Amino acid sequence: MPRVATYTALTVLAAIYLLPIYVLIITGLKSFEEVNLYRMWDLPAAFSLETFARAWLGSESQGFRGLSNNFWNSVRLTVPATLLSALLGSINGYVLSKWKFRGADGLFMLLLFGMFIPYQSILIPLVQALRSIGLYGSIAGLIFAHVVYGIPITTLIFRNYYATVPGELVEAAKIDGAGIFGIYKSVMLPVSMPAFAVVMIWQFTSIWNDFLFGVIITPRPAVQPITVALNNLAGSYIVEWNVQMAGALLAALPTMLVYILLGRYFMRGLLAGSLKG
Amino acid sequence: MHDTVPTQVRTVQITRLAGNGRWKMPTGDRLISLLLLAPSVVAIAVFIYGFIGFTGFASLTRWDSLVPDFSFVGMHNYVVLFSTTRFQIDLRNTVTFTVLFLVCCLSIGLSLALMLDRGIRGEGVFRSIFLFPLALSFIVTGVVWRWLLNPGSVQLGSTGINLLFDLLGLGFLKTGWYTDPRIGIKAVVIAATWQMSGYVMAMYLAGLRGIPEELREAAIVDGATGFQVYRHVILPLLHPITLGAIIILGHISLKIFDLVVAMTGPGPGFSSDVPAFFMFDTTFRGDNFSQGAGIAVIILIMVAVLIVPYLLYSLRAEAQP
Amino acid sequence: MFRRIRVLTVLSLLLIGAIMQVGWAGVARTNKLEIFSWWTAGGEAEGLSGLFSAYKRQYPNVEIVNATVAGGAGTNAKAVLATRLTGGDPPDSFQVHAGLEIEKYAPDRFLESIDSLYRSEGWERALPRGVLTLLQFKGHYYSVPVNIHRANVLWYSKKVFADNNLQPPKTFAEFFQVAETLKAKGIAPFVMGDKEGWEAGHVFEVVLIGVLGADGYRGLWTGKTAWTSPRVTEALNTFKRMLTYTNTDHAALTWDGAGQYLIDGKGAMQIMGDWQDGWFQSKKFADYGWAPPPGTTGIFDALSDSFALPRRAKNRENALNWLKIAGSKAGQEAFNPKKGSICARTDCNQSLFNAYLQSAAKDWQKDALVPSVMHGAATIESWATKYKDIIALFVTSGDVARTQTALQAACKDAKVCM
Repeated sequence: MPRVATYTALTVLAAIYLLPIYVLIITGLKSFEEVNLYRMWDLPAAFSLETFARAWLGSESQGFRGLSNNFWNSVRLTVPATLLSALLGSINGYVLSKWKFRGADGLFMLLLFGMFIPYQSILIPLVQALRSIGLYGSIAGLIFAHVVYGIPITTLIFRNYYATVPGELVEAAKIDGAGIFGIYKSVMLPVSMPAFAVVMIWQFTSIWNDFLFGVIITPRPAVQPITVALNNLAGSYIVEWNVQMAGALLAALPTMLVYILLGRYFMRGLLAGSLKG
Repeated sequence: MHDTVPTQVRTVQITRLAGNGRWKMPTGDRLISLLLLAPSVVAIAVFIYGFIGFTGFASLTRWDSLVPDFSFVGMHNYVVLFSTTRFQIDLRNTVTFTVLFLVCCLSIGLSLALMLDRGIRGEGVFRSIFLFPLALSFIVTGVVWRWLLNPGSVQLGSTGINLLFDLLGLGFLKTGWYTDPRIGIKAVVIAATWQMSGYVMAMYLAGLRGIPEELREAAIVDGATGFQVYRHVILPLLHPITLGAIIILGHISLKIFDLVVAMTGPGPGFSSDVPAFFMFDTTFRGDNFSQGAGIAVIILIMVAVLIVPYLLYSLRAEAQP
Repeated sequence: MFRRIRVLTVLSLLLIGAIMQVGWAGVARTNKLEIFSWWTAGGEAEGLSGLFSAYKRQYPNVEIVNATVAGGAGTNAKAVLATRLTGGDPPDSFQVHAGLEIEKYAPDRFLESIDSLYRSEGWERALPRGVLTLLQFKGHYYSVPVNIHRANVLWYSKKVFADNNLQPPKTFAEFFQVAETLKAKGIAPFVMGDKEGWEAGHVFEVVLIGVLGADGYRGLWTGKTAWTSPRVTEALNTFKRMLTYTNTDHAALTWDGAGQYLIDGKGAMQIMGDWQDGWFQSKKFADYGWAPPPGTTGIFDALSDSFALPRRAKNRENALNWLKIAGSKAGQEAFNPKKGSICARTDCNQSLFNAYLQSAAKDWQKDALVPSVMHGAATIESWATKYKDIIALFVTSGDVARTQTALQAACKDAKVCM
């Protein structure tokens, strides 16, 4: 294939991939007078942020809530859940890679399968269980679910990463009298930053983007994460499509930022955790 | 995997334990290591396997209202499910979706990777563009594509992609998209491919980068043409990646939910309905918990059929030195 | 390095702490009243806030929490409500259609009977007989109705009808004549928006009434009329033929989106409940007319919104007061003119209502009453859902025989047919 053809093909495809984002952005920037489904592709005549404002703040007169509250819910949910599951994954990965015991591989296999299960198959008892420990309907309950069901993927990434840390280092630290925590602290952690970055980016994006747990565990609009609120916004006939688009952009913003700023780690996370969708 | 040293450590430890012949209470750091792992092990045992067991059990009961009723009905729920038109359509949709989604993502992903691998200028920019939809939530994708594939109407005018076709003079390409029951779920494939094909591209790209330059050069020295190099050297080496991609995309598509919820809902005549949506509908809207559990079990079985052989295979591959 | 991890851990624990506090604050006992409904917008929301004002006038110190869930004619809201009831986190009072829909919430277990309120407030005298029968479940009242809606209304564009010298059709034969004329003019004769699935079921329910008549239709839900009867076949065929006159994008639209056709003068007729009246007004559209759909003159296909009292309501006292307001004349007069429905009580001041609602109130007095299936009155929700799914399938398949078999099977599943 000649070079020119490659460039042409790539450019055309890139344009197609960017089309939805183009609509997303120009629609958000149009003023209400200008918004028209039948002139969806036209550029905005003037710069206006009122659509974003309405998606963010809601509209009292039209009777729908803005996404601001849900955005912060998502932050309150995603940050602790990400940190906790990274920590848990790091500990598990450390033990599984450096403190092997009989049956560790079998256990790992069971763990791996847990990564792929369709969550539909645990939702019904999950609701009951969260209810009985008083976490149902709260952000804490969502954090709990994300941390528990994040164990497999975070453990996998850390285990694979720690497996590359030479055993001699561990043995040497042991000879120096370091215990299990000492080794973790002096040998593993100093080299863990890339793995933490990968796991945290991975968990951040999947938790932020999650919908299923949100819609099942938090039925109250006031505690729902932004994906659920966005879907409700889009499902409500009274909300204009441009406001829905602006809301979609708001919901996409944090993960897009992570992608733009930490793209390198994002990519590595995808490939490292490439066992999970 | 280049973790030869840890493998040796493992062998030593295993022989030490085995050589002892009888089980000793672990002490010191070993005990701590087990304790550190314990919460996760318990969590997995209860929240994954215990819960799956409960769901399986619930699917055999008569729990069809808000008040649990655990009287045993055997396979009744499954019999009813498989004779329900909606579920039959759902299964068909899942197959259609999975096949099309795999074909589209793999072919587009591979083409993109092959083009980007030719040392072109601006590779980083292109890569970023193809990959970024992956950072979005399926809900965001669904909301956007719902409007893009909203066909508009004869009386009021075209919208979205149809409108774009009109503007470009390609009006003959206009269709009803997801509002046409003959298209239905296939319209969802478009949005899903947009979101996931970059992922496949990234995987192939990583695979291509891992192929030593010498191999290609050797082939060219042997007189192979550019095409032959791809056909006989590069592509066979990419098989493991294709397999991995099939596993990942396949399990996503079997349980696809968010995208359908945000984009189309069940669609006209359930033409874009999927088992996961039916499960949600019947369980959390219709309060028919045992039937919902039955659908969940069927989705789980479909995923397991795809995943378990792969896991066993890759675990065995890893165990080999 | 390790310190940084420690800092992160502490940070995350603090964050969780902060969240838990938020959680507890929500549970703490305050002088609140949480009302759950799916009235999120337009006239519905205005009506609800009218009812809130009526409540506030008497109980100014209570803070009302307006918990609404949008979408799907209440299907989303009902799902949320079910999880909240079973999760032991009920709102103080919630919206439910009067009729067998209440069965979904297992009244014996999750709801509190309000028979005593019916006595103390004299509702058995203030409400019409038919509505009272609808409200009783196993001999008890669990909710108080605030309004009556009519499901069988044919809305039409006056402009389109005048331009083409047409009259609203009284029979199906006339309907098809009108439709044929309009189709030739490039106007969508019969607009529909069945994106959510229930809208098609709604229209077909009205067709069933039109073909089978009041008694025939009522009998379908009690087992007196057979679903296998040729008249059901006729209804299906009629509906199928009506579908050939719809807008091409009906599957992409919700009922209100379809209403836009009438506003734009591109569509002629739509069968929808009388919430359409409120929606037209919110769109500042006045050039519409209404008539009973073909074959349903003298029949009132009714549904009613009501409020129920869950067990373990956090603010039970406030909730009881809320129900009293909802059932009162003042409350219903504050609610209904804005909501676009007529009072469930018979003593409301008619001058508060617009022309459409006054005409509906008159019909309500003299027409034969039939319960709506798609809106929770005629039967239990699981049957209604099956009915909805079957009709949604029929819209695309057009398979009359299979659909009729399925409808019969659904009746059997509900243990009404043998």
